[in-house]
Amino acid sequence: MAMSPAEIEALIKASIPDAQVTIEDLAGDGDHYAATVISEAFRGKSRVQQHQIVYAALQGRMGGVLHALALQTSAPT
Amino acid sequence: MTNPVFQRIESEIRENPVVLYMKGTPVFPQCGFSARVVQILSHVGVPFKGVNVLEDGELRDGIKEFTNWPTIPQLYVKGEFVGGCDIIMEMYQAGELQAMMKEKGLVTAEA
Repeated sequence: MAMSPAEIEALIKASIPDAQVTIEDLAGDGDHYAATVISEAFRGKSRVQQHQIVYAALQGRMGGVLHALALQTSAPT
Repeated sequence: MTNPVFQRIESEIRENPVVLYMKGTPVFPQCGFSARVVQILSHVGVPFKGVNVLEDGELRDGIKEFTNWPTIPQLYVKGEFVGGCDIIMEMYQAGELQAMMKEKGLVTAEA
């Protein structure tokens, strides 16, 4: 059961309310996406920590239902 | 009683300066993301130990718990988790990976 871009965005925004999320479907098969997430929550955090915040927002789907999510995170400039 | 898999991981990343937990082997990577990190490491000229998690289901799950990181590959440098494919690529494109490896004296063959 793949995920839709809207589902991914909704999950991320549910736990990172100020997140600006852009999602690109890499393969059209519902489980290879690239996402850019910009949020104040990332300020001062390492890349690993930033990505872990997003993975937590996805509630365990990352690596399971969602096979590939190329992630780029940053705080607002 | 600490987790035996964690103990194994801890000793592996302590004894080897650069460890890549990956799907497949450096010579025969079996996943695009793993292959990409192998390419980047060889391009930067950093020898590393490749650990094939596909051969060991316990390790494959244990490593994800160890770092609270849900995917493979995972790169460790001097015992520290650096990141997965996205982060390694981002660091490589920004020249940060090369700088970090040089600073830690891990670059042996200039590509």
